[in-house]
Amino acid sequence: MATAITNDPMLPQPYSVREVAKETPDTFTLSLKPENAVNKTSFQPGQFSMLWVFGIGELPISISGDPALHDRLVYTVRSVGQATHSLVNLRVGDGVGVRGPFGAGWPAEAARGRDIIVVAGGIGLAPLRPLIYQVLQNRKNYGRLVILYGGRSPRDLLYRKELATWARNRETQVLVTVDYGGLGWRGHVGVVTTLFKYTRLQPARSVAMVCGPEIMMRFVVGELETQGISQDDIYVSMERNMKCAVGFCGHCQYGPYFICKDGPVFQCERVRKLLEKYEI
Amino acid sequence: METLKGIITEHPFFAGLDDSFADLMVSCASNVRFKAGTYILKEGDAANTFYLIREGKVAVEVFAPQHKPIIVSTLGVGEILGWSWLMPPFQWKFHAHAVDDIRAIALDGKCLRTKCEENHDLGYEILKRFARIMEQRLEATRLQLLDVYGVRR
Amino acid sequence: MAQRSEHILGADQLGKLIEALVRKGYEVLGPTVRDEAIIYDNVQSVADLPSGLTDEQEPGRYHLRRRDDKALFGYSVGPQSWKKYMHLAEVRLWSAERQDGTFRILNNEGKPERPRAFLGARACELAAIAVQDRVLLEDRYRDPIYDRHRGGTFIIALQCTQTAATCFCASMGTGPRVSGGFDLVLTELLGSKGHRFLVGTGSDRGTEMLTELETVPAAEEDRQEASARVEAAASQQVRSIDRTGIKELLYENFEHPRWDHVARRCLTCANCTMVCPTCFCTSVEDVTDITGNHAERWRRWDSCFTQTFSYIHGGSIRTSAKARYRQWMTHKLASWIDQFGSSGCVGCGRCITWCPVGIDITEEVRVIREGGKNGNS
Repeated sequence: MATAITNDPMLPQPYSVREVAKETPDTFTLSLKPENAVNKTSFQPGQFSMLWVFGIGELPISISGDPALHDRLVYTVRSVGQATHSLVNLRVGDGVGVRGPFGAGWPAEAARGRDIIVVAGGIGLAPLRPLIYQVLQNRKNYGRLVILYGGRSPRDLLYRKELATWARNRETQVLVTVDYGGLGWRGHVGVVTTLFKYTRLQPARSVAMVCGPEIMMRFVVGELETQGISQDDIYVSMERNMKCAVGFCGHCQYGPYFICKDGPVFQCERVRKLLEKYEI
Repeated sequence: METLKGIITEHPFFAGLDDSFADLMVSCASNVRFKAGTYILKEGDAANTFYLIREGKVAVEVFAPQHKPIIVSTLGVGEILGWSWLMPPFQWKFHAHAVDDIRAIALDGKCLRTKCEENHDLGYEILKRFARIMEQRLEATRLQLLDVYGVRR
Repeated sequence: MAQRSEHILGADQLGKLIEALVRKGYEVLGPTVRDEAIIYDNVQSVADLPSGLTDEQEPGRYHLRRRDDKALFGYSVGPQSWKKYMHLAEVRLWSAERQDGTFRILNNEGKPERPRAFLGARACELAAIAVQDRVLLEDRYRDPIYDRHRGGTFIIALQCTQTAATCFCASMGTGPRVSGGFDLVLTELLGSKGHRFLVGTGSDRGTEMLTELETVPAAEEDRQEASARVEAAASQQVRSIDRTGIKELLYENFEHPRWDHVARRCLTCANCTMVCPTCFCTSVEDVTDITGNHAERWRRWDSCFTQTFSYIHGGSIRTSAKARYRQWMTHKLASWIDQFGSSGCVGCGRCITWCPVGIDITEEVRVIREGGKNGNS
């Protein structure tokens, strides 16, 4: 018996798991489909959903799938605690509650006709993947695409096959590095900012989209500024504690902003000063 | 066709050097190539040369018993490889492995060491520049050590 | 909207007002004494009101004292506000059942049983209700629970004719004079002409309610006496906040040494957020029964002063007391303006009275503005 689907952002809609794929030892990609097949899924790259596991809890997770597909919602989840652990252990056919999508996404309009520099760290590549799909599927609307991706170690890298596929697109450069190479890795080793020297950026025509741990975003923003890119042209995706995702619970406040409504994507100019403030 | 002098004086590392010092650099410099897969320098060897990378990537490695060496850092175009030639015991602390075919400018560190002792102004200019490189590498290394992508427990 | 017309209601008629409200189906909520404080609860008659009592409030101090008259509203504000009736302290959002691997949400309407009447709402409290309306009804989303409990409430406002030492509504522009948002407004008058109320109406239903009572039209001298008493209350306020450029003042003084000073005193007990009539932060909790097939989501009040309020994987963002106090005060006085177009503070002074260590928000602002470092405590 299906629940009547409402557009109430406070009520989880029933979805079920259509596929679970392991990306790394602690990270899985879940593909969900709405219980009621007539419902079409729709989201902007950079938005997130609140995923609910029956009786356990609800979590904000960025949507990491292809925005052109309207029969599914895809999420890449890292198991770091009890709630994420229960999410990654779901089986095909299990039910999941979905609220959303919420938030302000990556700025498609500001990026039109310009070179896009995607700088991702760790799981930060997940909320950027929908943007990459969007750019590659509408190639003529954008200039060059440069993807700089830094991970902890080779086995922690996400979407390795796709990274190779993306690199084969015209006017697309994909560079990957790890902090720790370990045994057998012959690729690049060093923090993600060390990849800039292999690019030929034209700052005036570039827009940068950055996502990763806050420390990483801070030093990447510094490097982008050194490269001559203005704060108006840099976008970051911020994260804070979230309970309601609709601007009522007050938890996600970051300075004067509610990350659930005003973010998670912010133009760097708005949050530059906040990035440097301790305990804000 | 680019001359050695042209390459050296245009490189950011040498920017601002007095003309006479620039000439001195050129007199200690030569073009070199390394094939991909070969070692440019090895841990423990005498450190008497440093390199300005013009093309290709170099992996800085640490010897690991029972395994292939582990890469700790990758250097690329425009970067300087090697500073152990500046300080005693003048010995390399890491391997440098050519990832790609490498084109570089090699500079005679042994010769430069002597000249720096004789002319402290030259010494200061060289040390100032190497201090900057070390600062950048240290900063990057610290960020690597932070393990920002790891899960804090 | 009814024309404003003023009448005199004898104090003995107040009971009839309560009865009329009950007859019309309202649950009447008003001030009453409990645990040595004046709180809000169901009132059945005038006997439940705190007759002849006044409150003395100082930072960290509250006690009731006998007056030498029989005023029914001769005090300022107690620890509670009307917030608890609309932005509920604890409420079930929905429940769900699990079946065959999927789930079903069971809709819970949860209407209040009867519409409510608030008897004795002060100007600062009406301002606070308007502030919460902006947050919970007029922003991007609408909170259906607040909406259900807010709509249809009959409001009898009360003009303050005295002020507590911790009140500073005059400087916040929110009182002590009530200006709107009510059905009826009362000003209590005692004196040679007897114990009576000046009554004004603010809505059709307010006007209609008055027809149930015996009133006489107010004389000019009654109006003037009432007005003078409210003016006197305003002029007696000893505390104030200078609101000039307060947003920039707090945004630019993130590292002011005064924050360390307040952090040494603040216990992060969250009293201020509990008594504040505009604080709206909540948390949600998912619970199941023993079978695991029935789940509920509950929402309850939360406070930015708790250690886990800002927790994300790995730890909380605001771990120190300094960061948490700074967050609360900056949000209340500054960020709120960017978020909702007005200050979050209505100058009721509850946070000053009910802080166990007597931290005074007006003093904190003054010190930061004057560039000083040390307070008196």
